[in-house]
Amino acid sequence: MSESTRPRGAVGAPIPKLDAPERVTGRIRYIHEIGLPRMLHGAVLRAEVPHARIVRVDTSRALSLPGVRAVLTGADVPLVPFGHGRDNTALKADFVRCIRDEVAAVAADTEEIAREACRRIRVEYEPLPAIFDPEEAARPGALRVWPEREDNLAFNYHYDHGDVAAGEAESDAVVEGTYRLHYVTHACLGTSGIVAAFDSDGRLTLHSVTQVPFLYRRDMSRIVGVPPEHIRVIQAAIGGGFGSKLDIYPYEPIAIFLARATGRPVRILFDRGEEFRDSPTRQPAIVHLRSGARRDGTLTFRTARLLLDNGAHTSWGATTPFVMMQTFSSLYRVPHAAFDAEVVYTHNPYAGSFRGYGNLQATFPIEVQLDELAESLGIDPLELRLRNAQVPGEVTGQGLVFQSCGLAECLRTAAAASGWEEKRRAYAQAGEGPLRRGIGMASMVHTGGGAKIYHSDGCGTVLTVDDFGSVTLVTGATEIGQGSETVLAQIAAEELGIPVDRFTVVNSDTQVKPWDVGVHASRTTFIAGNAARMAANKARRKLLDAAAEQLGVPAGDLEIRDGDVVRASDGKVLTDVGRVVRKLHFATRYDVVTTTAYYEPPSAMQDPGFKGNVSPTYSFATHVVEVEVDVETGVIRPLRVTAVHDAGRVINPLGALGQVEGGVAMGLGYAMTEDLVIREGRVLNGSFRDYKLFTAPEMPEVDVRWVETADPDGPFGAKGIGEAPAICIAPAVVNAVYQATGRRFRSLPLRPERVALELARGEGEE
Amino acid sequence: MSSTADLDLVVNGERVTAPARPGDTLLDVLRGPLGLTGAKAGCREGECGACTVLLDGLAVNACLTLAWTCAGREVVTVEGLSRDGVLSPVQRAFVDAWAVQCGFCTPGMVLQATALLARNPDPTPEEARRGIEGNLCRCTGYGRIVEAIRAAAAAGRANP
Repeated sequence: MSESTRPRGAVGAPIPKLDAPERVTGRIRYIHEIGLPRMLHGAVLRAEVPHARIVRVDTSRALSLPGVRAVLTGADVPLVPFGHGRDNTALKADFVRCIRDEVAAVAADTEEIAREACRRIRVEYEPLPAIFDPEEAARPGALRVWPEREDNLAFNYHYDHGDVAAGEAESDAVVEGTYRLHYVTHACLGTSGIVAAFDSDGRLTLHSVTQVPFLYRRDMSRIVGVPPEHIRVIQAAIGGGFGSKLDIYPYEPIAIFLARATGRPVRILFDRGEEFRDSPTRQPAIVHLRSGARRDGTLTFRTARLLLDNGAHTSWGATTPFVMMQTFSSLYRVPHAAFDAEVVYTHNPYAGSFRGYGNLQATFPIEVQLDELAESLGIDPLELRLRNAQVPGEVTGQGLVFQSCGLAECLRTAAAASGWEEKRRAYAQAGEGPLRRGIGMASMVHTGGGAKIYHSDGCGTVLTVDDFGSVTLVTGATEIGQGSETVLAQIAAEELGIPVDRFTVVNSDTQVKPWDVGVHASRTTFIAGNAARMAANKARRKLLDAAAEQLGVPAGDLEIRDGDVVRASDGKVLTDVGRVVRKLHFATRYDVVTTTAYYEPPSAMQDPGFKGNVSPTYSFATHVVEVEVDVETGVIRPLRVTAVHDAGRVINPLGALGQVEGGVAMGLGYAMTEDLVIREGRVLNGSFRDYKLFTAPEMPEVDVRWVETADPDGPFGAKGIGEAPAICIAPAVVNAVYQATGRRFRSLPLRPERVALELARGEGEE
Repeated sequence: MSSTADLDLVVNGERVTAPARPGDTLLDVLRGPLGLTGAKAGCREGECGACTVLLDGLAVNACLTLAWTCAGREVVTVEGLSRDGVLSPVQRAFVDAWAVQCGFCTPGMVLQATALLARNPDPTPEEARRGIEGNLCRCTGYGRIVEAIRAAAAAGRANP
């Protein structure tokens, strides 16, 4: 492949997103625009109390409403447990254990009738005591959410390397603290939904917004009792994913049961209130962290004890320690580390996966505590981080192999670009008046090519070069707006020598596309990219062999450039790929140019002690944030963000820039404004009015820079970028606020009323 | 479930008649009987801006606008911006700047930007940001969108 690594112009080019014209014209179809003949509309009735026995469900007033076609309760459907803890069911028959628990569902002629019918269902509850505080739930003898279990402990995780006691003995400074991370939610602009339709043979077609279509098909099969090979998943355009669609949630099998009960297609769409209340959240966490260093700043040990609120049922949130521990073990060089996490049931809503998958919650305490360590040692935060930054080729205590690693260069570039030294010095002098400025930094490491949590972390591709020289790239990968279709076309175009504008990417139908794990763990560029490149390489060789035979010259003398077959020595155009394929069809070999590839990354499943190289590569970043704090009102204004990322070779600088700018906005929201307020199990602020996303005028200037390490296994050197930009903003904000105010916050978000109150309480720590 | 009557509107330059109930919003009528689904129902309470359309040239939240208040008036939706397959300058700029990710906010953003440029053909970055403050985007962080608005403005000055 040596000559094909030579850039031809597609990789690294700022090519506009291929499907953007469909989106700017409003033509692309989201789940809200999928309609089928005779389709009914479904709605779901949820629990009104967080913990109760369901005494009686009276559906008669719903059934008597004209236009209602079916009403289902837990008594009417199979209650196959699903989810990571196998503790959720589509509808609940006997007990409700959190406020979002699904009690009944309606299919009707219109959405309006279906929702009205839900309001007419009378549920008699016997309210039961409930437990909402995870610390209380973790205590012996606490009220049990699942009485058949011994206690509320849903999962626990232990990881360690080295000898923490020895590390502590070598330490000149030790700091510790407790950090609390709150609930936030994805708040995708496009609300969730599904359309379920059975055909006359009992085969099921799901128009879905899932991020994991093949796993979805397999898992849904068990829940609804349809063989997986009889389930076709067609992904509608997805109006934002961010991990929110990585699991099956009850409304999805409910739609299938309603379709089965009525014999008609059924669509369920969430409204905005449901999207806030009834979608998964980011995993909240209480983290007790302790770490030490020698006088020169060399880190000696790190121990973390975490308590995670599982809510009443288990979705992916409960598995975030798996990612968190990578950060605790491997963000900077830590010779001795130990990590313990307990995940406990409560009667709260439950968390799913959310961009970063636990890494925001892990990076926050580590990076805030590093600044505290730096202060206690009298070392500049940049120096402390540089002293402990890994270099390429390092293997961490957990066995993560950093075959490409630009962490130190990210730190240096971010410092230089942000004016770190001068500003750090200038802001050290507390200003006059209420406006104080500060500058802070934080770094991160994240998987840059998936995570091998299944026996395969692979992706398939089918690529066809047709008789007019156009290319159809069928990829297993899923597009959620991140631009995978463009990046994959660029990679294949580079390999093939055929321009991107001749590509069509097909990526949304399990009946057509080959298998893929799904869109998560920042894996698509790396894994689907390598698969696309392999398929393109096979097609290129086939085209060149055929051209060589047709032209009577050795294949080694030929190249494909810009869709033409040229003489390698002087670039003279001899024929074009369309003509080569036509001759292949009609005259020479009676063959087509359709190739397949399956790429399996060289990563490993971890051992029972969670050791092993779970991803083929890792991405790194440093963010520097400059803030201005009004110490009277508590209003924090982010002035400037410098975001430096090592995502390997950048395939598309515009798309990558969009990932970083969007991740920074999401990370700033986590740090400063977004707070899903849950009291006694109820979401109190289920609207955009009360759940505050950053708006355009509130966004600071974002200066994005790249440290382009070339990953040896990445497609043209690329690594993943999807999650990284959201991960290390919050600690950088907190560190900047500390410099500005002398107050080190250990929980989020830094909303003005809270900041003002804390500052009014006087000097010291939270 | 109340009865409908015929509502006359001018949508994307064409006179149309649509059945509408007294409580229907402009968004209901556009997405329902008129089949113009470019305007999105992101929240139905005027908070996200995904339903933004132009009403007599001004950007409004179609989800908060009662359909009957629009009788006889001119509505422009995202479907009305491109003609004969040629994108409008704002649409073109959104494509070229990668101002689009999941795209759910995009039709509303494009119309808000179109309205902004109609009243201020040369906005500063700050004015461009203020211009779209009522439109939420979860994907882009707004940077590329502001870039697109500025590029569309520059293109407008080059080809007035």
